[in-house]
Formats: sequence, structure tokens, C-alpha cells
Amino acid sequence: MIFTLAFRNLFHDRIRLAVTLVGILFSIVLVAVQLGLYLGASRMITANIDHADADLWIMPFGAKSFEDGGLLMGTRERHQALATPGVAQVTPLVVRFTEWRKPEGGSTRVVVVGTDAEEGAVKPLSLKTGTWEDIKAPDAIAVDETYLKDLGVDGIGDTAQIGPSRVKVGALTSGVRSFTQSPYVYTPLSRARSLVGAEGSDLATFHLVKVYPGQDVEQVRTSLLNRLEGAEVLTTEEFHQRSLRQWLFRTGAGVALIGGALLGILVGTVIVAQTLYSSTKDHINEFATLRALGSSSGYIHKVILTQAGLSAVIGYVLGMLLALLIVLGSQSTPLPIVMTPQLAAGLFTVTVFMCAISAVSAIVKVTKIDPATVFSR
Amino acid sequence: MTRKKSATPAATESNAKSEPVLSATNIVKELGRGAGTVMALKGVDLQLVPGELTLLMGPSGSGKTTLLSILGCIMTPTSGELTVAGTKTAGLSPDELAVLRRDHIGFIFQSYNLFPTLSALENVRIALDVRGQKGYEAARRCEEVLREVGLGHRLRNFPGNLSGGEQQRVAVARAIVSSPSIVLADEPTAALDGENGNAVMELLARIAHEQGRSVLAVTHDPRTLPYADRVVRIEDGLIVGEERRPEGLDAPEITDLTKRRKAHA
Ligand SMILES: Nc1ncnc2c1ncn2[C@@H]1O[C@H](COP(=O)(O)OP(=O)(O)OP(=O)(O)O)[C@@H](O)[C@H]1O
Ligand SMILES: [Mg+2]
Repeated sequence: MIFTLAFRNLFHDRIRLAVTLVGILFSIVLVAVQLGLYLGASRMITANIDHADADLWIMPFGAKSFEDGGLLMGTRERHQALATPGVAQVTPLVVRFTEWRKPEGGSTRVVVVGTDAEEGAVKPLSLKTGTWEDIKAPDAIAVDETYLKDLGVDGIGDTAQIGPSRVKVGALTSGVRSFTQSPYVYTPLSRARSLVGAEGSDLATFHLVKVYPGQDVEQVRTSLLNRLEGAEVLTTEEFHQRSLRQWLFRTGAGVALIGGALLGILVGTVIVAQTLYSSTKDHINEFATLRALGSSSGYIHKVILTQAGLSAVIGYVLGMLLALLIVLGSQSTPLPIVMTPQLAAGLFTVTVFMCAISAVSAIVKVTKIDPATVFSR
Repeated sequence: MTRKKSATPAATESNAKSEPVLSATNIVKELGRGAGTVMALKGVDLQLVPGELTLLMGPSGSGKTTLLSILGCIMTPTSGELTVAGTKTAGLSPDELAVLRRDHIGFIFQSYNLFPTLSALENVRIALDVRGQKGYEAARRCEEVLREVGLGHRLRNFPGNLSGGEQQRVAVARAIVSSPSIVLADEPTAALDGENGNAVMELLARIAHEQGRSVLAVTHDPRTLPYADRVVRIEDGLIVGEERRPEGLDAPEITDLTKRRKAHA
């Protein structure tokens, strides 16, 4: 009967139900989009770091993110690192902003990522067309298909210029977007050096370290720090976090996204609380009657909580449908929204929590019911 | 207690016959606050015994509803003692009072107080549901009681689609479905026409006589008198008289008695 009563109370006033659902829907969509953007941005920011096959990153002191490394370290550091006990492999990686000159004129900034993939560094993520062998061909590079238009090329085989050198699109990645909006250009290490004006040098932005299986990563890190001067050594996870902090929090972008999500929760809670309260007020005589009939206060609270829960479930389903449509629609934009099962589950928890909080004012209201009002109607 | 002793000898006899299921002693109730405080009850003694339909009559504002609320453990008295089914109510928490109501008292209201969004059957079922009685057995019991009050053909109707008399009979069914020993009704016929009012009074009398419950009905309505075993009169917060239908006498006698009292006053 609790469910029946809650259900009927809810559907009794369709307009109020609509307002409640719109409130929940609004919240869910807002929170889903904000957090989805946050996730999307996070993935973009850390994609290259997460895909690198490394236990430790050796980087110039103070490098804030993947794109912020400079070109400082050379063979000396590499050999020092290789000589450190526990280190199995050290792979240099070049990451550098540079100018891409479109074939039809005009230019745009790109991030050249130079690596020798077979040595276990950053692999161009999700190669869609072509292979790493194609990138090793003379002048060849890989770019993401999303940025073809920005780069002024049409596809495989097209050429452009970076600095004085000619580059040729040899392979395409898919869905590798850049948070800085400067497309990544993947190419082998030595070509990358020449593209960024360090031809023939042994310089690198990062050295990616693999430790021997079973080695204590912390211990290796300490030894590395003792040998390398002016360098920092971070685990992949630490570098991941540092990049996120840099882009999402130093720049305020993440704060805005999370703030937006919190605002969504707040507005939704206020709307649901308001409608639930007014519904409870409308049915207050029935609750007083229940009380006179001898129901416990818990019984009445359950009716209200069930009403809140039902609103939550219906609102969540509708909100998720709309959110998924928006997520789908965002996939071809520069900043695609990400929806994961964890986020979906989290949103459900948030919705239920929101509705439960909303029920508080209604519950306080019924707690104050004087059952004596049953006689004065 | 002194006033009670001065009642007819029949009353004393009847009280002796069975133990009171509800007993109120020197009930005082102040309502409102500050300058607006009203002493709605000024020391009321009342006992209810099983198997009797008692009418509580009195002018408007005399404290009938207030007394009913206190007897039903819905209000707590300012002072005085109330015992319901052997339990003293003094010092009980609102939830403990709710349990007492749930276990021993059924209520019938002037404006029915049915749930508009629930069918007749569901309105009765909720009274068992709050007692934790659910499922098939409970549903069957509710149907049975609705049949008893003559609504076997209206189980699925919503209150909006029932006449006033039918709605009040649903309310009666709701009040008795849990087999309370006490049924309290506040002006149960006030919103009904003569025929429907009589049907409800007949039901209340049957509930008292056939089911052995103790029924107390507040009423203004002289048409309800023929159904009463006992009439208690209240004026300005005090019980001022009590009449009982002498054993074997028919209802009209009691009506006459009342008329005599009125003529007296
Ligand atoms: N909440 C309240 N605050 C102050 N006074 C009240 C309150 N409720 C009732 N009263 C007063 O208490 C007295 C008794 O009221 P009660 O409702 O018990 O009368 P009643 O006999 O049921 O009247 P009626 O026949 O009109 O229903 C009245 O004088 C009324 O004005
Ligand atoms: Mg009254």
C-alpha cells in the first residue's frame, strides 16, 4: 500500500509530476554534460601519458604537462638512467609545439610527438588507417582524422610542411583529440627532432623508463633522482594527475565544469524539494488521517520517500535518455562528452541522493502534523 | 465520579456487567495559547463499556470534538487520567499513542477523510497495512467488511464516485476492519441525509451490539437518538447529564427522555 499511495499521490497531480521530472531531468542532463565534458577533457589531456608503456617518466624539472616539457635532455641522461639498477629500458620521447604550414597556405600550431614505438614509448593511439611501418616511410607522419580539415589536408598521401621540411600523411588515428586544440603529429624520433629544429641532436623531452619485472618502482625512482641532476622522475600516475591539475585546475576549466555540475545538483534538489513539499502539503490531511489510524511516523516517511524514489527513477531514466542523445551528438565536436557506466551509476546515486535530500523538508512537514486536525475539516 | 453516580441506576448496573474498556477521569483540556486560551474541558469523567452505543450530545463549542480527540489518544489532556484497554496514556510518546490507537481504536469522521486516490477496497486495506497486515488474507478481510456494510458491489470505486452515505460506510468499514474494541465517531451523520444517516447509525448500533464493541458517537442530530443505548450530555466542557435506555425499552423511550430534559431546561 505504501507504493500504491506514493504512486497515486505522484500521478494525481500531473502538472506537478511534470515539474518534478523536468527538475530531475534538468539536473541529470546538466550534471551528465558537465561531468562528461570533464571526463572527456581528462581523457584528452592524459591520453598520451596513459598509453605510454612506461613505469617512470624522467622530465625536466617542473614540466607541468605532456606538452610542457621542452627539449633539454640528451644521451647523457639516457645513459645515466640506463646505468641505474633495476632499469630495463629508457626510451626518449620528443614532444614539441611547432608550426604546420597548410598546402593551400596558412598555418596552424601542432604538437609533434616523436617516438620510436618499437622501443616501447608512446604509440600513436588507435591507428585507424595505416601502420607504424607507414609512418617510418620517408617524410611520413600520422595525424588524427578529426583534424584533417584544420590541417588543410584531405587524407593519406597529402603533404604539408613543418618548418623547412615536407611531411606526408602516412597514417591516420581516430579519436585522438588534443585539449590544447593543437593536433598531435606522430612521427619517428629522429624525424621529430628535425621537424622541431633539433636535427641530428640527441635531445628529448622525456625519457620513459621501464623497470625490470618485480622491481620496486619507488626504489628505482630514488636511485634515478640521485643520478640525474635537474630532472624530475614521476610515475605514470603522478604525471597523469599533474597534467590534469595543470589543465583542469590551474586554468579553471575543471573548476567551471565541476561547479556547473554542483549547480545542477543544487537546482534539481531545490525543484524536487519544492514539488515534494507542496505535494505533501496537499495530502497533509491524508497523512493526518493515516496518523489517526495509528500508522507510525515511519510509515508516513516511507510514503514520502517512496514518492521521492519513484520520481528519482522516472526522472533518471528520462534524463539519461536525453543525456545519451547529447553525448552522441557531441562525438564529432572538438570536445566530445564521455559517458561511462561508472558515470551513469554515479548519476543514479546523485539522483537518488538528491531526491532523498528533497524529501527532508516534506518529512519535517509531516512530522509536525497534529493528528487532531482530522476532526476539524 | 460523583456526577456519574448520580446517573440512572440502570447505568450503574450496566457498568457492573462489563469492565470499561476506556476510562477517563477528571479530564481537563486547555486549548490555544496566551490570552486566547480556552478551557475546552473542565474535568470530565467518562467510561465506555463493550457492546454499547453511546451518544455524546451538546451545543456547538461545548467540547465534544475535544473530548473525542482525547479519548482517541489523538490529543493529550492538560490534566486528568485516561486508561485505554488497560493502558494508562499518561507520558506516552506520540508513536506509543499511535500504537494504542492502532491496536484499540477505530475512527469515523464527519467528512469521511477517505483517500481520494485510493479505491474503496484500498481505503480499507490501508487501515490494515499500517498495522503490518498485508497480502491476500488482509484483502479478503477488507472485502468481507465492505460487504458487511453493504458495499460488496462498490469495491473498486473511488470515493469521488461514491455517494456520501457510501463514503461514510467505507469509513465505517475502515474503522472496524482491524476489530478495535473502541469506535469513536465525530458527527458521522452530519453530512448525510436522513436515509443515509439512519443507515450509518444502524451500522454503528450493529457494530456495538453484534460485535461487542464500545461505540461513542458525537452528534447534534436528534434522528440518531433511537439507536443509542446511552446518551451523555456535555455543556461548556462539563458532563451535565447522562441517560440510559432502560433494559427492554425501545428506542423511542430514550427520545422521550431527552425531550423531557429539554423541556426541563
Ligand atoms: N485550537 C484551538 N484553540 C483555541 N480554542 C479552541 C481550539 N479548538 C477548539 N477550541 C475551542 O474549544 C471549545 C471546544 O471546541 P470543540 O471543537 O471541542 O467543540 P464541539 O463541541 O466539537 O463543537 P461543534 O459542535 O461545533 O463541533 C470551543 O469553544 C472552541 O472554540
Ligand atoms: Mg466538533
